Amino acid sequence: MNKTSSDTEKTSAMTQGLLAVWPICLGYIPIGLAFGVLAQKAGLGPLEIGLMSVFVFAGSSQFIAVSMVSAGAATASIIVTTFIVNLRHLLMSSSLSIFLKKVRREKLSLFAYGVTDESFAVNLSRFRHGDWNINAALVVNHAANLVWIASTVMGGYSGQFIPEGAFGIDYALIAMFICLLIYQLRARKYVIIAIIAGVLSVIFSLIIPGNSYIVLASVLAATIGVVFKKQIK
Amino acid sequence: MIENEYLMLVIGMGLVTFLPRWIPLFFLTKQNLPDVIVEWLDLIPAAILSALLLPALITTGDPRHLAIFQPELLVAIPTFIFALKTKSLGGTVVVGMSLFWLAGRMI
Repeated sequence: MNKTSSDTEKTSAMTQGLLAVWPICLGYIPIGLAFGVLAQKAGLGPLEIGLMSVFVFAGSSQFIAVSMVSAGAATASIIVTTFIVNLRHLLMSSSLSIFLKKVRREKLSLFAYGVTDESFAVNLSRFRHGDWNINAALVVNHAANLVWIASTVMGGYSGQFIPEGAFGIDYALIAMFICLLIYQLRARKYVIIAIIAGVLSVIFSLIIPGNSYIVLASVLAATIGVVFKKQIK
Repeated sequence: MIENEYLMLVIGMGLVTFLPRWIPLFFLTKQNLPDVIVEWLDLIPAAILSALLLPALITTGDPRHLAIFQPELLVAIPTFIFALKTKSLGGTVVVGMSLFWLAGRMI
């Protein structure tokens, strides 16, 4: 009864966010555990693992960093590699920025910390749908982050909780990307761009080591889309 | 005890991860972008999701090579149809996982 409207808004942003984020969390748990196990084998303790997940929060670059640590790589070269691996988030944040013009910069900074491949795709499709707000998006980013931190630390403590391949959990993120991609295919041009990007990405992934193929393929496909926009309409 | 060098490593990694996430949100939100950039950014999500997904379905190993008939792709077909029909993210994840688990038992 005494609830102000802003209180109600906050509660519903929390509920909305949690309802949207649980598939991401489900996908993060096995990957986080696996990361913890690997990091422990590379000689990192739970505290060190947790620190990396708090500061970095980027799955693939954390895996790469740990393998470089155990190979004895120099700190600077690990940081440079991390930068290259995570450069794709520049594109994702740019896409999200179109929907966040009225948001205060403090909130934007807090939001930026949690932009991952997964949260980006979930938030973007909701913003585009029009039923989304920055608070719910913040819940998505930070709930995913908490689950990531917790599962990496747990992996570091206990080794393998979940036996390999159990419940098909390795497929969680792939299935999620399939559905998120479908959300994006709202008109013919998006289908065409997705096909071009997918084919380019496969080709690049076969000839270029590392994961720069993702950025290369997306940038090239979107550019082709803009140049030939009359033809693909 | 955390060594200083490790602390430098995670802070450095954190910084180079945060900046690409933060710069566009901090600066691009406060100005109007040229139409051509907006059109380009509009195509990025479809492109990036497809670029993330397709290699995961049809390539494997290190160094990567093509593997068309792996369970990842076979399971993707019914998962794709389910997602297309239901548009449910959680449902798709659960269906995809179950099918992948079944595929693992059968092969």
